[in-house]
Amino acid sequence: MKLLSFTEKGIYCPTGDFYIDPWQPVNQAVITHAHSDHARPGSSLYISHPLTKYLLQLRLGNNNYQTMEWGEVIHKNGVKISLHPAGHIIGSSQVRVEYNGEVWVVSGDYKTENDGISGELEIVKCDVFISESTFGLPIYRWKKQKEIQFNMQNWVLKNMEAGRNSVLIAYSLGKTQRILPFLNPVSSDIYVHGAIWNTQEALRMAGVQLPAVKRVTSDFQRGTIKSGVIIAPPGAEASSWVNRFEPYSLGICSGWMQVRGNVRRRNADAGFALSDHADWNGLLDVVKSTGAAKVFVTHGFQSSFSRYLNEIGIEAAEVKTAFGDELEEQSESQLGSEVN
Amino acid sequence: MKLFAELVSRLGTSTKTNDKLDALKDYFANADSKDKVWVIAIFSGRRPRRAVSASKLQEWCVELTGLPSWLFEESYHTVGDLAETIALLLLENESQGKSFPLHYYLEILIKIEKEDESVKKKFIVDAWSTMSYGERFVFNKLITGGFRIGVSQKLMVNALAKTISLNPSVIAHRISGNWDPVTISFSDLLSEQGISQDFSKPFPFYLAYALEENLDELGQPNEWIAEWKWDGIRGQVIKRSQQLFVWSRGEELVTEKFPEYAPLRNFLDDGTVMDGEIICLSNSQSDQIDFMPLPFGILQTRIGRKNISKKQLMEAPVGFIAYDMLEYEGSDMREKSLEERRTLLEKIIRSINQPFLRLSPLVEFNTWEELSKIRSHSREIGSEGIMLKRRNSAYQVGRKRGDWWKWKVDPLVIDAVMVYAQKGHGRRSNLYTDYTFAVKEGDKLVTFTKAYSGLTDKEFSEVDQFVKRNSLEKFGPVRTVKPELVFEIAFEGIAASSRHKSGIALRFPRINRWRKDKKPQEINTLEDLKKMLELYGK
Repeated sequence: MKLLSFTEKGIYCPTGDFYIDPWQPVNQAVITHAHSDHARPGSSLYISHPLTKYLLQLRLGNNNYQTMEWGEVIHKNGVKISLHPAGHIIGSSQVRVEYNGEVWVVSGDYKTENDGISGELEIVKCDVFISESTFGLPIYRWKKQKEIQFNMQNWVLKNMEAGRNSVLIAYSLGKTQRILPFLNPVSSDIYVHGAIWNTQEALRMAGVQLPAVKRVTSDFQRGTIKSGVIIAPPGAEASSWVNRFEPYSLGICSGWMQVRGNVRRRNADAGFALSDHADWNGLLDVVKSTGAAKVFVTHGFQSSFSRYLNEIGIEAAEVKTAFGDELEEQSESQLGSEVN
Repeated sequence: MKLFAELVSRLGTSTKTNDKLDALKDYFANADSKDKVWVIAIFSGRRPRRAVSASKLQEWCVELTGLPSWLFEESYHTVGDLAETIALLLLENESQGKSFPLHYYLEILIKIEKEDESVKKKFIVDAWSTMSYGERFVFNKLITGGFRIGVSQKLMVNALAKTISLNPSVIAHRISGNWDPVTISFSDLLSEQGISQDFSKPFPFYLAYALEENLDELGQPNEWIAEWKWDGIRGQVIKRSQQLFVWSRGEELVTEKFPEYAPLRNFLDDGTVMDGEIICLSNSQSDQIDFMPLPFGILQTRIGRKNISKKQLMEAPVGFIAYDMLEYEGSDMREKSLEERRTLLEKIIRSINQPFLRLSPLVEFNTWEELSKIRSHSREIGSEGIMLKRRNSAYQVGRKRGDWWKWKVDPLVIDAVMVYAQKGHGRRSNLYTDYTFAVKEGDKLVTFTKAYSGLTDKEFSEVDQFVKRNSLEKFGPVRTVKPELVFEIAFEGIAASSRHKSGIALRFPRINRWRKDKKPQEINTLEDLKKMLELYGK
């Protein structure tokens, strides 16, 4: 019997009888991070990093939660489980599973550059590595965070000069917290969408230090701010919600902005290819560094990335999962409309 | 090159016309004047011929990066733009070398067109090794062509107008026609002498928008004239200094392609410019009209050919349907009223009296309802609808609202099911937006057309999701899809074709709407298409 197997409900450990990021309700769910495509409702027990727990409470409400610090070990039927920083978003963790000396690691989502808020990715040696591949093509090679920060600040300053607001589209959980320290030095007028406000509050409750922001309330009038910064979740840019910030320039923060066509399709004035996922080189480095003899590649460009790994001598196979960015975006914009 | 790369990047980082105008203005104010000439050339469709094939660029990129070529292909299908894919894949240079101006690269590209592959390779690879990402992108784009970055010729003309304080329509005229960016200087190109020296220059075409408003809002019917709208190529016939020039709307000189027009050199007086339709014609038996246009497909056999056989001249005889008089006895007539221009045109065409030169017939009508009824018969005489022109309208520059409208007949439509999908290009990169459709033949499906446009962005992303979840097989970039989604395909014409499995070819196919209300069993049949072919395929 394999230590982990891929089932209809998600990644399952039959010996320990628990799932990792299941997409259907189960008895015991170990959660890598709080994005909605990895943390679904309905399970009886959620095991996660303490910072993730606060976010799960916001998204999934009251449930049975159990927390583990990074490096802390628990046992389920003799299976050793521990969490290790993944560098993706605040609280994001890889899951290490060990039984009879065999080690599997489920990466969840990860990135290699230390963003200063999510913890630095830890390389966990293992026999089998289950890796994401969201940006598993060589066209995705990120610029350094510093450079993107510089570009974004310049863009905001230019908009201010022209008397325009800067509307930035960023995931409420992860990207927003990452860009806030970029924006804080250039603007004292940072507003956020309600969905982002709620996430910020949950993080504050969890004890995370964050720059102060103001909430865009439903009675927010056009003309209230003239050269401010507004952060909104994906989807908001296509709704009438943004009209109140006219005149504004639209910037989108996402790894997908690496390709010009995506910037144009979203009708953005600027695309910042700032991602919380590893780029091509990052994925390759991590996969190699784990020393894994076998790699399972999940959501993203799994067929290309696994084929390439096989060609360079690392045994790899692709696995279909229900993880993926689309779901995340959909739920963000739905959430957006509820809270306005 | 740095400045040009910066221009392209600025043009790409705003959706606002004013920002783009500013970017162009700044460029024209600061750039090297030879480079400025090239920028005008590039944004008015005068890119040099492709010196290096796309497959060679790809090959060299694969060689430099050491990536397997299948991975290059995958990347290309995701990016949807070859120039950008290469720029993204090449590793950043540690240090950047000397940057040369734009014209330096373009002139070498022209020079090496006929050289050996090794010469080309050395030039390209060396250039890449000194450039930043942005420079490589524009450099590759200059080679592969298709600079679609949201800059129209009109915008470029407006920016020039602001920079050198001239009227945009004057500039549009001065940069039209035949000039070589290698030899002409910026000041000569835009000077008045330039125009008088280059007597081949066409006038900028006046283009109509599609009619959207209610006919009643156009005012009284008697303020308007109506003509048939033809499905050929818009063209200008120019006779000046004892020479004949024929220009297509794409500002391409096509005089040699259509030897039928050669006799006009003798028939027309110097200082004559006519606007009209280049189109294949035959004599007609209809009593409504004394000529009959042949389908566009027949004209297509003539486009792109320099040497024309006798057989082609017989089978695809090209004529000219004249509808406007832009220059008469050497004077620019464009400010005169359409009525005056038309009177002169009628006089000239009658006096020449040749079967290949026809006067665009007027459609007589008294009320808008009557015209609407006449329009519904457009297809029967091989026309695609009605052109409405205000009697007192001047001949303007470019696409303008108000005085000229095109009012096309409703397209032909057919319901079909999507069977293949491929990722799109440009702003549709990494989205499945290019589809192949099939109709029924018995219990089989027969593909008959592709269509790329007609859905909203939201619908495209919905279909994209469907494709990603319902692919049956993958052949390179193409996915076969569960035949489940039904679309109404609209098209302007239909012709027999031996090249297609279905035996038919459509003109301007596009998606009219997504028939979510229809099941795949309810789509049209090949028989239905064949009936349409009989009715409208001529």
